[in-house]
Amino acid sequence: MGTEQRVAEVIEASSAEFVAQCYKLDQAPPLGSLVKTKDELRKIYGVVYNVETHSLEPGRRVVARGEGMETEDEIFRANPQLAKLLCTDFQALVVGHRQGDGLHHYLPPKPASIHSFVYTCQLEEVKAFTQSLDFLGLLVDARLPIPVDEVIAACLRCAGQAYPDSESFLIKAGKEMARLLSSDARRLNSVLKRLR
Amino acid sequence: MSEQNFDEQTRLGSIISGSLTRGVEVKLDASISVEDMAVGRYVAIEGERRRFFGMITDVSLEAIDPRAMVTPPDVSDPFIAQVVSGTTIYGKLRVLPMLTIGGDAMSILEGPQPAKTVPTHFSEVRLASQRDVELVFGAEDDKRFYIGTPLDMETKVCLDISEFVTRSNGVFGKSGTGKTFLTRLLLVGMLQKQAAVSLVFDMHSEYGWEGRSEKGYKVKGLKQLFPSKVAVFALDEESSRWRKVSTDFVVKIGYDEIEPEDIDLLQQTLNLTEASTQAVYQLAREFGDRRWLEVVLNLTEDESKQLIPKLNIHDSTYRNLRRGLENLRRFPFLVPHAPDNPVKRILEYLDRGINVILEFGRFDDFAAYILVANLLSRRIYAQYREKAEKAMGGDVAPSHPLVISIEEAHRFLNPELANRTIFGRIAREMRKYNVTLLVIDQRPSGIDDEVMSQLGTKITCLLDDERDIDSVLTGVAGKSELKSVLSKLETKQQALIFGHSVPMPVVIKTREYGSAESYKELGFLEAAELKRKTEKEIEDLWAP
Repeated sequence: MGTEQRVAEVIEASSAEFVAQCYKLDQAPPLGSLVKTKDELRKIYGVVYNVETHSLEPGRRVVARGEGMETEDEIFRANPQLAKLLCTDFQALVVGHRQGDGLHHYLPPKPASIHSFVYTCQLEEVKAFTQSLDFLGLLVDARLPIPVDEVIAACLRCAGQAYPDSESFLIKAGKEMARLLSSDARRLNSVLKRLR
Repeated sequence: MSEQNFDEQTRLGSIISGSLTRGVEVKLDASISVEDMAVGRYVAIEGERRRFFGMITDVSLEAIDPRAMVTPPDVSDPFIAQVVSGTTIYGKLRVLPMLTIGGDAMSILEGPQPAKTVPTHFSEVRLASQRDVELVFGAEDDKRFYIGTPLDMETKVCLDISEFVTRSNGVFGKSGTGKTFLTRLLLVGMLQKQAAVSLVFDMHSEYGWEGRSEKGYKVKGLKQLFPSKVAVFALDEESSRWRKVSTDFVVKIGYDEIEPEDIDLLQQTLNLTEASTQAVYQLAREFGDRRWLEVVLNLTEDESKQLIPKLNIHDSTYRNLRRGLENLRRFPFLVPHAPDNPVKRILEYLDRGINVILEFGRFDDFAAYILVANLLSRRIYAQYREKAEKAMGGDVAPSHPLVISIEEAHRFLNPELANRTIFGRIAREMRKYNVTLLVIDQRPSGIDDEVMSQLGTKITCLLDDERDIDSVLTGVAGKSELKSVLSKLETKQQALIFGHSVPMPVVIKTREYGSAESYKELGFLEAAELKRKTEKEIEDLWAP
């Protein structure tokens, strides 16, 4: 997440989330990291909540090919078509957008455009976005196929790297979580334990 | 968390609920530890339109979800401990708003007014700054006397002495909590600001010349500090001589001065029955108000036998009375005929603006104290009253206000005696005649409610008896809140002041008294310095 890199393209979009396909197999941004797409009017920010690698054709299952080979790399060398038949997708939850000079921690009026490029965010941008932690509300309330608390913790750990004093950022974020999860001490405890 | 150093602008938290009568609740910010708070501390609240001043009256621990506390967060992890403090768990203060200052120019000129409402939700709460305290209590000037500092602050809390002396006041506290030191300060204050002259009935001889602190070191009394403004009268010449006190007058009281009312008050201490106190009045009618005691004490057995049927009293009543009266003989200051009139002398000094301290020496029992204090005060009262009435007619200038200090006040002002002693009367009505009381007592619950309610300013050190606390706080707004403050005072050098001469109740750390430095601050000049000053004044007087 150091520098801005174009890593994927939106292939499915809704108001609350988008799915992007990575240009390179297995090269998805890490779980919980902040990514963005752009169009003429705005940048839309999302938090990666799920990464999947699968066959391009839905009916065609991937089969094991490595028997008798020394390393995993050898499989790809022996089957160069594999890189084209497989792909890595990731799903991101929309957590805010920037329109003009305004940075908003709520959903944009329109979803991300299909085929728009997806970039990783530079540390500076992560820092700017996480100045306000209002987006945590969207994460806490999201219904995801994977445990939300894992995503939240991963997101905060990633964002913490953008700060020289990550400890105090995490404390601030932890306090925000404590407010959001004031009625669910068990969940709060599990998120806090995952922040270290 | 380590102890924090708060500067004046440290934000403590914000108002979350409350009411005017019960006080407002303040949720502490996470950065503020409850352990750094203290009841009695003084805070400023920035309301929307006005500022409020209040006092912390309670500190509590709260949890956002009490159920969660059954499975507490893992605070052994410092990270988690830091996160949950101020969010899941937080500290809460209860603050009693006492004064407000409006935001407009007019209100600023008017100064602080009693709070009649509460600040809005989420108003910011800070520790009161030095300036706030100064604004409320005023700086030391020719009316205000610096009595101490608020807890954890350097600012001076000043008592408006000219207001103070217009009412009767009380100094309370358990034994050994610093009543005597506080009283000394108040006496110095009255003397320095020349608001009133004092007459002190000094039961344990600790105000006049010299006293002792609990630790055993000597502290200067008023006469040592202000020799030209204080006169020491002694009841016990010998004791004064032993203690090397330079006395101005030795008080002797003639039998002819003792009236039946005086014996009435001594009923308990002299172990007299109701019937025998009644018999005193009969004796006085028989032999005259001024002669009765001398006559009775000198009656022979035969004369007594003749007298009893004549007065129609029971023999045992007479015996009881006689035994009681014989007790008076053991006081050497009671003599058949006094060579001088102590009341006249005291009044002479008081008229010249000189404070009189009457030391009881070895006669520090209640019989002597009640007898003498009452007897003298009654006559002084009569004089002041006469003078005040003449002044109303415009003939003479009104007399200088007089403050009579009495110790162990519950002995005089208990519900049975309060109506009979002169002190009950002074407490209730003498304000009009320029005489007020300074009541010093360790058992305020023993004092008559009516008298307590008339006290203008109450200064109280630690009290821990429930009844005493209740009686001191009778009729004060925010009583239950002040109660918690009062019972948590430290045992030394701390006092709660409330009432007429302070704009709001305040807990103070009493001003230092007893070090060379403190004497200097109180205006005491060492002999050499005094000489230099006098010489300079003489020089100035004759300078061309």
